[in-house]
Amino acid sequence: MSTTVVNAGPDNQTWTGGNEPLKASYGKMMMWFFIVSDALTFSGFLAAYGFSRFKFIDSWPIADEVFTHFPFLHGVDAPMYYVAFMTFVLIMSSVTMVLAVDAGHHLNKSKVTIYMFLTIIGGLVFVGSQAWEWNTFIKGEYGAVKTKGGNILQFVDTEGHRVAIGDFAIADGHADRIQHERKDGLWFVSEGSLPSFSVEEVLSGLQANDNILVRTQLLTEEGAKTVLSRDESINLIKTYGVKVVEGANLQENEYGSPLFADFFFFITGFHGFHVLSGVILNIIVFFNVVVGTYERRRSYEMVEKVGLYWHFVDLVWVFVFTFFYLV
Amino acid sequence: MAHEHKLEIFRGALKFKSNTQKIWGVLIFLAIVTIIEVVLGIIKPEVLMGQVLGMKALNWIFIILTIVKAYYITWDFMHMRDETPGLRRAVVWTGIFLIAYLTFILLEEGGYVFDVYDNGYIKRDF
Repeated sequence: MSTTVVNAGPDNQTWTGGNEPLKASYGKMMMWFFIVSDALTFSGFLAAYGFSRFKFIDSWPIADEVFTHFPFLHGVDAPMYYVAFMTFVLIMSSVTMVLAVDAGHHLNKSKVTIYMFLTIIGGLVFVGSQAWEWNTFIKGEYGAVKTKGGNILQFVDTEGHRVAIGDFAIADGHADRIQHERKDGLWFVSEGSLPSFSVEEVLSGLQANDNILVRTQLLTEEGAKTVLSRDESINLIKTYGVKVVEGANLQENEYGSPLFADFFFFITGFHGFHVLSGVILNIIVFFNVVVGTYERRRSYEMVEKVGLYWHFVDLVWVFVFTFFYLV
Repeated sequence: MAHEHKLEIFRGALKFKSNTQKIWGVLIFLAIVTIIEVVLGIIKPEVLMGQVLGMKALNWIFIILTIVKAYYITWDFMHMRDETPGLRRAVVWTGIFLIAYLTFILLEEGGYVFDVYDNGYIKRDF
């Protein structure tokens, strides 16, 4: 291959195929093409996230206050530890992948098998962690009240710690509304599950507890959320509160701007989908390694190609981690 | 296929004996960078909260560290270091140019929309 040199002689091989000007095989080259275009898709998502964030720069949710959970540690405030763990899992599976590629270069079938297996496990742990993260995010923790203008009001005690609605709202047994389902009336009319409390119940709870204050989404100079006085709090809930919001979905979320949840679902969802397809590709290649396809081919290039994709998924996560959780 | 790997990182300051060793070395480096990011993100040192070029200094540090990580993932895990300069430039500069441009126009426009709300021409908080 190294003898392919472009010259003007009539017998040169330049246009007859088999020429590799960039010294990369067709498959690897196409994988790079795909990676560049996919990188542009992801950067489109992340730049759109940046757009929305700059649009609401004075009231965007603070990520440290949203992602504070760690599995099996209930009530412990652990900002970012879990995402850091997820990042580490993905980097680790990237390492086992590159070790598999390296073992492939030495045609060492047993080592490729082990490293591919570890890579798959790493990918599955990551996807599982993401599912857990989504579940926590969708369920929410404290609940909030939505105003007529679609803004979110949260509750804190006098020391500034968040307070869950369920801890102070006074339930009114006579005012319970039944969720309207299709079987109860018009078959094409239904509604989502009702929040556990109404705004009136929250208001009476707020009036009864002197130490509860309302926190708006607006950021102060120091980058913290604005906390209102007692009078302002009660007045705001009374005049503008329309609905209790618990957890997150695509229309509204208790953490603040609905766009925050929308982008969280889209970007981490799209990335999680990439991880999932990466795991499936890895499993296919793993079985090909086990049955000896590449051994007979005397080339483990397929491991290298799927490896490129896998590292790319890791690369994207590095950016998602920064722009969603850190910045 | 020839498998010559370039074994030095940090512009030759650190040279590894084998490719496997280099992989572990890069992992250690990436882990250290991630730990620095997480620690900074949790304690948020007061000195780094000042504004530099329209953004908190801490955020600039995060973005720079992210690009450093991206560099080592691409160069050593994806073996970009061993590819021909033609392939490397085609992939890297195309991506960097388009992404930088896209980010610039969208963030600029986002800032403009914020100003429109902020100056009170449109009411959002009612």
